[in-house]
Order: sequence, then structure tokens, then C-alpha cells
Amino acid sequence: MNRTIRILLAALTVAGLGLATVQAQGFAPRNVECIAPAGAGGGWDMICRQISDILVQLDLVPGAIRTQNLVGAGGGVAYASVVNNQRGNPNVIVAASTATTSRLAGGQFAGYTADDVRWIATVGADYGVLAVSPDSAFRNLEDVINAWNVDPSLVSTVGGSAVGGWDHLKVLLLADAAGIPVQQVRYTAFDGGGLAVIEILAGRADVFSGDVSEVLPQIEAGNLRVLTVLAPERQEGLLADVPTAMELGYDVVGSNWRGWYMPPGIGDEAYDWWTDAFRQLAASPQWQELRPQLGLARFELFGDDMEAFAKDQVEDITKLLRSIGALQ
Amino acid sequence: MEAFGLLLDGFGTALQPLNVLVVFLGVLIGTIIGMLPGIGPINAIAILIPISFALGLPPTAMLILFSGIYYGSQYGNSISTILLNVPGTASSVATALDGYPMARSGRGGPALAISAIASFIGGTLSIFGLVLFAPLLARWAIRFGPAEYFVLIVFTFTTISALTGRNFVKGLAATAIGLAIATVGLDLTNVARFTFGQFRLYDGFDFVVVTIGLFAVSEVFTLVEQTRGGEATVGKVGRVMITVKEFVASFWVMVRSSISGFLVGVLPGAGATIASFLAYTTEQRLVDREGNFGKGDIRGVAAPEAANNASVSGAMIPLLTLGVPGSGTTAVMLGALLALNLAPGPLFITRNADLFWGLIASMYIGNVMLLVLNLPLVGLFVRILLIPRWVLVPSVVAIAYVAVYSATSSPFDLFAMTAFGVLGFFMRKLGYPLAPVVLAVVLGPMMEVNLRRALSLNNGDWSVLIGSPITIGLWIMVAVSLFLPQLLRRRKPVAKTVIEETDADG
Repeated sequence: MNRTIRILLAALTVAGLGLATVQAQGFAPRNVECIAPAGAGGGWDMICRQISDILVQLDLVPGAIRTQNLVGAGGGVAYASVVNNQRGNPNVIVAASTATTSRLAGGQFAGYTADDVRWIATVGADYGVLAVSPDSAFRNLEDVINAWNVDPSLVSTVGGSAVGGWDHLKVLLLADAAGIPVQQVRYTAFDGGGLAVIEILAGRADVFSGDVSEVLPQIEAGNLRVLTVLAPERQEGLLADVPTAMELGYDVVGSNWRGWYMPPGIGDEAYDWWTDAFRQLAASPQWQELRPQLGLARFELFGDDMEAFAKDQVEDITKLLRSIGALQ
Repeated sequence: MEAFGLLLDGFGTALQPLNVLVVFLGVLIGTIIGMLPGIGPINAIAILIPISFALGLPPTAMLILFSGIYYGSQYGNSISTILLNVPGTASSVATALDGYPMARSGRGGPALAISAIASFIGGTLSIFGLVLFAPLLARWAIRFGPAEYFVLIVFTFTTISALTGRNFVKGLAATAIGLAIATVGLDLTNVARFTFGQFRLYDGFDFVVVTIGLFAVSEVFTLVEQTRGGEATVGKVGRVMITVKEFVASFWVMVRSSISGFLVGVLPGAGATIASFLAYTTEQRLVDREGNFGKGDIRGVAAPEAANNASVSGAMIPLLTLGVPGSGTTAVMLGALLALNLAPGPLFITRNADLFWGLIASMYIGNVMLLVLNLPLVGLFVRILLIPRWVLVPSVVAIAYVAVYSATSSPFDLFAMTAFGVLGFFMRKLGYPLAPVVLAVVLGPMMEVNLRRALSLNNGDWSVLIGSPITIGLWIMVAVSLFLPQLLRRRKPVAKTVIEETDADG
């Protein structure tokens, strides 16, 4: 029943958008829609639903923001749809993260590039970590790198994303920074960090690649020991004693950011309006409260800065994927 | 036995008036949602999360509501599976094998009743298992790595002959079709297979799309072909309750299936599908001497339903001890916990003991309520069969199309569903079984992924597949499963001739 109503609403929204695009001067959002490029309950879905609430609470967006789940191809279906069908629509925001940029870099959004949309903002990030079992022979990051130097196939790494996905890329970034031939680095993909952690607990794999938010509860339970955090500065709390990769001399930051892009062809006025809206969102007490609960560190970029950051990230990852032969 | 004390406290929590009301509502909503194919409990809960926030429910009540919805939807799903032959989840496909033939021959009532009773028994026994053996089983579950999963799935595939009846070759062909469907999409290393540059194919075919297409849409085509104008195809309703004889015949089937279902449920990621198929095929071999399975044997409904429900509690163990969701259900619960800002993880249960054991207790109360709520309603549900099929089946299909479209916003899925309907129509006409297709679509990718993981973790060395006592044990089961029936079959004709000879003598 609920769903029928949602479809009717969708039809009405589409009808309304035609009108909205006509009025260009003094942009005011109406019938805003947040596209979650994956199913209900996932990370992108949560960005849409929870942050939409805050945007409405702050009276930035009138009425309510409708979340539409546009599922498929790890975000590729939504990307293609936004580029082709939503051009010039200033009332659509699309949830995105490092998964979006790394798939763009991997050429998985066939034919589409980072230049096809307008990157608008990021309001938080989850930093990468490498962790091992508490009784592992690897006492610190140096031990892992020494083993890699002897023979890269001695170290088996696991993570919750596909080959060429973010958890894999973090391992490669570090190996690359340490001068290890990255095409020989071993990585096994699992469906989510939890299953990969089991492999560490059972002793079938050596090193776990994940994000800070995933490992915190595992550290508390004594299941994992973190070797390094891929953050620009030291973390607080449980990870206060863990050195960053930068401190250890490897110039690697792995931030899994959460943010949005918008359709191409939207006017400057609308782009500026949304840039400002996300700035206000990031500064709001509601977001300050929600951010740590989502396990995210402070990481904020807006408008042109975000545009430059996203494109740089795609470029960096493309280079890395080329070097392991995953891309021609 | 600390766990028992905690469970009793849990019952204290679960029996508070608000929580009882909430579990009742959850079970009721869930049953209704479960009957409508294509929606599924995960979507229902995702939609309900913001609503329950707006209602200001306390966290415990909210979790209880969600688990009630989940249990209810499992049962509601059995209703549409048995009466309409439209399984909404992979785990209920095994129920359709005997449930639907029962409904067609006027025994829909007993099929629904045994489904409720078997679910209840599965739920009850597995909660005892959960309380008694959780720490022990958690250690066992960790030892189950990719290699062990691979062999377990190989074992499940060897039992496929049980699903195919006499048409073993057609069963193998159906399995091959399912495996072919399963190869479409991105693989573990992000290589696109058989996608022809189409984004819509990158994720492969969704289980719901395949099943609704094969089972429900093809039924519409069959109806178009067979129904003449003005004809009212009225189904038979028959008796509503099961007999004592039927219950006695099913009792040990349900107990065995509960135990095996629980154990399979403990393995993270294996879940209800393997549990229900294994229970069905095992019981078919153990108790079906007359060859009635697949033709409407009540034990063929009891086995998968008991195993399915038992596996749900089993899946709580990896969640309980490792903080890893073992199934779709527990994954949804983790999602709900996150939405409540309760960080899930290995220490979650110890820190939120009240909440967790209250939830376990309310799962049990939900099972009781399903039984109390639904047994009297069986007579009403069965009346669905009185609706002419040419009204009923297209309506069900229409609901499924709307549900699938609203979950993915993709018209492509609707076309794919129709195409699977055409495939299903021809398969039915030519006498190919549909269940092996679905089993292969679900298990094929799991088998491939686990084989590749096992090899990757072991640096490409195949010896990992016989590298642990568990794998060797499973291979022995594979061998027994493949060759024992052949040996038994060789003996059977001998017995037959003896009888014929005595007949001739007399």
C-alpha cells in the first residue's frame, strides 16, 4: 500500500519538476529528492534518510525530502540515470562515497566519468585501518612490510569490498607507498567486513583491511589489533596509541568520505545554494551529534573544493589500478 | 546456565503489555506483508524504521516489532507459497514442492496448519539450542571457512536428485539453466560476465525477479492457455485441520529438521535456503518409502518449515558471539540497531543483555502468537482458493510487479520477470522441474565465490579443499549421497521380483 502511494508521489514529483526548472532566478528548492544508489538499509540509503531529516529540521528544504532507491551496478544505474534523465534538475541530490569514485576510476560506470556530474559536498569520512589478530606474528606495520619485501605472497589480506574496491585499494596504496610491487599483493574479497574478520579470528588470513567504524567494537572485544590508521592525524579514544601511516613514513591517507553529487547542467545559482545548505548542515548541532554515532570523522569539503577533490581521487585510483594491471 | 536466568529476565521484558502488543502487531503486519509476493521483510522493515521513530517507541519495543514482522512475514510467505505456488524467498521454495500439490488436491488447510506447527516446533527447539550451546557452536562456526562452505554447497547440490523425481536428466538440465542465470553480472573480481554492456545486468538477476517470473508469471500464461471464457475454476477447500495421524507421522521429521536447520543456521552466510533444502531432501530419503514427496506429502511441508524457522535462531549465534550477522534477518536487526544508535559488535550482547534476551524471548512469544493467531485463521486463508484462479493469479502478479518496481525503480526488472515467465511456461509444458533452477540461482554464486576465496586464501593451492576434518567429513557425505541411492536402487528390484513370484505362486 505504502509503495503504491510512493509511486504516485514519484509521478507527482516528476510532474512538478518541469515547473521547478523553469524558475531560475533566486533559487529555492522544491520537491527535493535524494537518490540512494543502493537498496534500503545500506550506507547510501542511510545518508539520504538521516541527513534529509536534518536538512528539513534546519528549514533549509521545505516540506520533506523523498528518498528514492535507484538500485543497480554498485551505483552505476543511478549515475547513468542522473546524467541522462535529470540533467539541469536542481532538486535532486545523490548519495555518494569513496565507493562511487573508486568505481568511476575502475571504469565500472561504463562510459561515464567524474566530469559528467556536479560534485557538491562531503560532510564526514571513515578512515582506513589495517589490523591483525592480537596473537599475530606481525607486531607492527614494519613487520608486514618486511614480509612483503621478502615475498608479497607471504601476506594474505582480506577485506569487505570486491577486488579493486576500497578495502583492496587501501592495501595497495600502502604497499605502493612502501615500494612493494602491488600486482603481487594478495587480497581476498568478502561480502562485508564482518565475514572478513572471521577469517582473521580463525587464522586463515593475516591482515584485515577495513574502516575505523568497523574495527572499534572488534578492538574492544579483543578480536583485532590495529597496526596503522590511514588518517592525516592521530585518532582519539581506542586508537590513540596507534600510529598513522604518515607518522611511520608512508604518505597514505585513505578516507572513505560520505557526500553527494548533483546532476550536470544545473545553474550556478542552484549549485551555490546547495553548497551553502550543506555547509550549514555540517555546522549544525544535529550533524555534530549524528556524525560520531555513524563512526565518521570530521571531513568537510564543499562546492568547488569537493569538485576538485573527487576528480583528484578518481585520477589517483585510476593510476593505482593501472599499475596493478586491473585497467588497461 | 547463566543464559537461562537471562532468558527468564528476557521473558519479563517481553511480557510487558507494550511489548506484547507490539509483537502482536508485528506478527500481524508481517503475515500480511509476507502474503504479498515481492515485498519481503527487509524492505518492510526499512520503511517502518522512520515510522517507528516518529511513534517514539523505546528501542526494545522497536526491535521486538521488527522481529515480529520478520517471523510474521515468514509465515505469510508460507501461505502464498502453499496456496498460490508463489514462493517469496529462496528458503520457501522447498515448501512449495509439497505444499502446493497439497493445496491443489484440497488439502491446503492441513498444509497451512503443519506449516504453522512445524515453524513453532523449529522455533522452540532452536531457542533451547541457542541458550544451551551458543559458545560451543560459535567456536565451531568460526572453523567453517570458505573451503568448508564450498564442500557444503557441493553436498547440497548432490541432493538435487531428490527434487527432480523420475526426471533426473531434466532436473540436471534445470540446474544448468539456474547456474547459467547465476553467472550473469559482476564476479568477485569485478569482471562483468554476460552483461553485454548493460548496467542493469551488472548485479545479475535478483532472486525475487527469477522466482516470481518462473512461478507466478508462467502460471498466468498457463491460465491464458487453459482457461476457457466464462469458466470458473473453483479450487477445493476440504478439511482444515491436520489429523493426529498426520501429526504423528510428521513429528520426528520436524524434530530432526529443527536440529539440522539450527546447525546450518549457525554458519554465517549459509542461512535458511540451505537449511530448508537439506531438511527436505534428507527427509525425502529417510522417510519417503512410497515416493509421495513432491506429490503432496505433509512431511515434505513439515521438514523445510521447521528447518527454516530453526535456522533463524541459529543465525543469532554469530551475531551473539561475533557481532557478525548470520542471515538476512540478523542483518536487518543490525540495521535497526544502527538506526537506534546502538553500535552493533561483539560486545553488543553483553552490554545490552536486557534488550537482547528480551528480543529472544519475544521471538519465542511471536512464535506462540503466530500459532494462536493463524491456526484458527487457516480456514479463512484456505478460502483464497475459492477465488477463481484467473482472478487470483494475475492479481498476485500485479502486486509483485508493483512491489519489485518500487524497490528498485527499474522497469528492466519487470521485463526480466516477464521473460522468466516465458521460460517458466515452456519449462512447465516440457515437464522440467522449477525448484532446481531457483536452488542453482541461489547456491551457484555462493559455491563459486567460496571456491575462489578458499583458493585465494591458500595462495592457489587446491589441497585446502581436503585440508580439514570438516571438509573430509563433508566429502564423505557427498560420496554417500551420490552412491548410496544407486546401491539401494540395485537392491529394490530384487525385492520386487520376490514379491511377484510369491504372488504368482499364490
